[in-house]
Amino acid sequence: MEQRILMGNEAIGRGLVEAGCTLASSYPGTPASEVLGSVVAFAGETDARMHIEWSVNEKVAYEVALGHSYTGKRSAVAMKQVGLNVASDPFMRSAYLGVKGGLVVVVADDPGPHSSQTEQDSRFFAQFARIPVFDPSSPAEAKEMVSRAFTLSERYELPVMLRPTTSVCHARQNVVCRTPDVPLREANFEKDPGRWVATPQFLTELHRRLNEKIEGIAAEKEFFPVCTEGDGSLSATCIISSGVAYAHTYELLENMGFLGKVDFFKVDLPYPLNRNFIDRVNSEYRDVLVIEETYPTIEMQLANRNIRGRISKDVPDYGELTPDVIRRVLREFLRVSREDETVLPQARGARPTLCPGCPHRAAFYGIKKTFPRGIFPSDIGCYTLGMNFGAVDTCHCMGACISQGAGLYHAYAADGGTFPTIVVTIGDSTFFHAGIPGLVNAVFTGARIIVVILDNATTAMTGNQPTPQVGLMADGSPGTTVHIPDLVRGSGVAFLRECDPYELDEFMNHLKDADAYCRSDDGGVAVIISKHPCIMDRDARTEQPRYEVFITDACIGCKVCIEQFECPALEYDEETEKVRVNENICIGCGVCETVCPVDAIAVERTVAQ
Amino acid sequence: MKQQIIVSGTGGQGVLFLTRVLAQAGLDMGLEVLTSETHGMAMRGGTVISHVKVGPFRSPLVMRGCADTGLILHRGNLEFHGDFIRQDGFCIVNADRPGSYLQVDAMAQAREIGSLVVANLVLLGFAVKKGALFCDVSVMDRVIREVSQPRNLEMNLRGFERGLQS
Repeated sequence: MEQRILMGNEAIGRGLVEAGCTLASSYPGTPASEVLGSVVAFAGETDARMHIEWSVNEKVAYEVALGHSYTGKRSAVAMKQVGLNVASDPFMRSAYLGVKGGLVVVVADDPGPHSSQTEQDSRFFAQFARIPVFDPSSPAEAKEMVSRAFTLSERYELPVMLRPTTSVCHARQNVVCRTPDVPLREANFEKDPGRWVATPQFLTELHRRLNEKIEGIAAEKEFFPVCTEGDGSLSATCIISSGVAYAHTYELLENMGFLGKVDFFKVDLPYPLNRNFIDRVNSEYRDVLVIEETYPTIEMQLANRNIRGRISKDVPDYGELTPDVIRRVLREFLRVSREDETVLPQARGARPTLCPGCPHRAAFYGIKKTFPRGIFPSDIGCYTLGMNFGAVDTCHCMGACISQGAGLYHAYAADGGTFPTIVVTIGDSTFFHAGIPGLVNAVFTGARIIVVILDNATTAMTGNQPTPQVGLMADGSPGTTVHIPDLVRGSGVAFLRECDPYELDEFMNHLKDADAYCRSDDGGVAVIISKHPCIMDRDARTEQPRYEVFITDACIGCKVCIEQFECPALEYDEETEKVRVNENICIGCGVCETVCPVDAIAVERTVAQ
Repeated sequence: MKQQIIVSGTGGQGVLFLTRVLAQAGLDMGLEVLTSETHGMAMRGGTVISHVKVGPFRSPLVMRGCADTGLILHRGNLEFHGDFIRQDGFCIVNADRPGSYLQVDAMAQAREIGSLVVANLVLLGFAVKKGALFCDVSVMDRVIREVSQPRNLEMNLRGFERGLQS
């Protein structure tokens, strides 16, 4: 068997292909984004015939996978934890109705959070839905659990969740790869209206059966947690852990000399927690420590008030359980002295910023400059970084900005008199994801707001996945292109302009026209599509004109270009008290020329070689 | 063989590439490998760190004070990540001035050979030369050939060699 270094998400993707899964769908989101891309890669490499798609959002992705599994074929859907909020509607009901072919729901959690708007625990969500959930502690284990999850899913005809966390998703490890199973099943949807339509009269019975399934799984010997046994030196004491927190704890116990001294349980399936395990913990142990991320899922099922964990706050009840945090918890629990422990300040380092040449920077600068007193709801993506220069006032969840903008408008409008200019910014992928219903709603309820769709022809933050407007499927094959302007017009918008934000003056003129339209007698929602490809796209970057940027002696060191335009390629030189260009990172977009109030930035078109 | 390494830099400096090279070197030597890296928003020019553990480990993260070697691509990161490195460990820093670390001006070296993006490989070569890593020159050379994009291979090798000579 071949060994490869795989990232956790790649290991999961590999596991899906090896298990004979024939459909995978996803919407990108850190830390889950790489699952689908690796399914594409491994399916291609092994000639596995699969339908693989970047769906427009997680709800859609979930329903596509669900429909596929109704035919008896294996399916998978991958998303980040907040993606499950979007997919929660089909997710909850799929527990009652169940599946035919195995359905594995990969939901990546982000304790910390490193790149998310909450640090919610999807194992809690699984428990809420009554869906079993695996909690892998490493990439290699995540891959094994994909196969176990399919088996469990088909045995009980239930969707099964695999819940890795950021530290597993983005860890890399040597992983054994095998030849994929060849799926032989043909699509066979068997009609069963009592189940697949399940009007309320059928639901109490389905609920009863669901409870029976969960009780059955809780009684399965396979899921009794494995114990690294102690030698009895710490009697009636045990530590219970799952996920990557288990891996950290294992290593810490080893370093502290406690591995093999205290009973140490590893929980693979935190919900439903094995029934006999619950009984054993509650009858045999007096001192119990539970270390899990991020909510007390195991702890609550043990339902024992003496347990030390997140509820008792022996383990911090928020934040990522890094090895440093767990070390403190273990020292306390095992009564080890805290020699030589220094608590170091947790500095965050340089803040992230939009890339040099990013078209969003030009758009934000133009918006802020045109409407210094405007209100700027925004959304989720690279462009959230517009907050660095005061052009983003709110960010909530995917697609919220348009509806929030409408709500803000109605609040001011109700007071009578004049209302502030409200400019909403939303990325192209986010617009497809959840912006469209918000736009329709804003139009028909008469909100007078400007919606700027930042169309960079990609899903940039998560690794440049294609949007429906790009017209490419996940594997690079052509799909059917869906155009944003058509959607905007179809939503009933009467004011629509398209413009390249690199042309700052023109862009700002459109903004002024849009504001005038909003305030006119028959005004409403105005939409401007700010169109320029993401400069992370190599082709786009090399195709656009390139300028050499000079700072002339006219520079007065006012820092407008640094503080209001915030391009990382412009730096303040303390010695000369002037701005200088960092040529190592400047991509030569030339936009900064317009920004300097004293015309001290000169640009010269570089002749293409 | 057991070694813990951190690689620290800012987004875009090639921290992830170095992490991958080190992981592949471990695998090629028949060792167990676990690494961990930063993704998402921080990659947009923010401070990034990745962890590499070679040998029988369980946790993908290096604890503060436990790294045998630190490869620091941005000197300013010492303030945040310097304490990951053991007191008697190797602290290898890309810097234009000397300090309490093993210094190499990887940016200047990379600029001289005509590609700033290979500063990470200059630093890697320098670390190998100093004996700060679990693998030797021949393993590393083979791995760079294995994992580089064809269009970058020549420059990557030049960067690595420059580091060996620094």
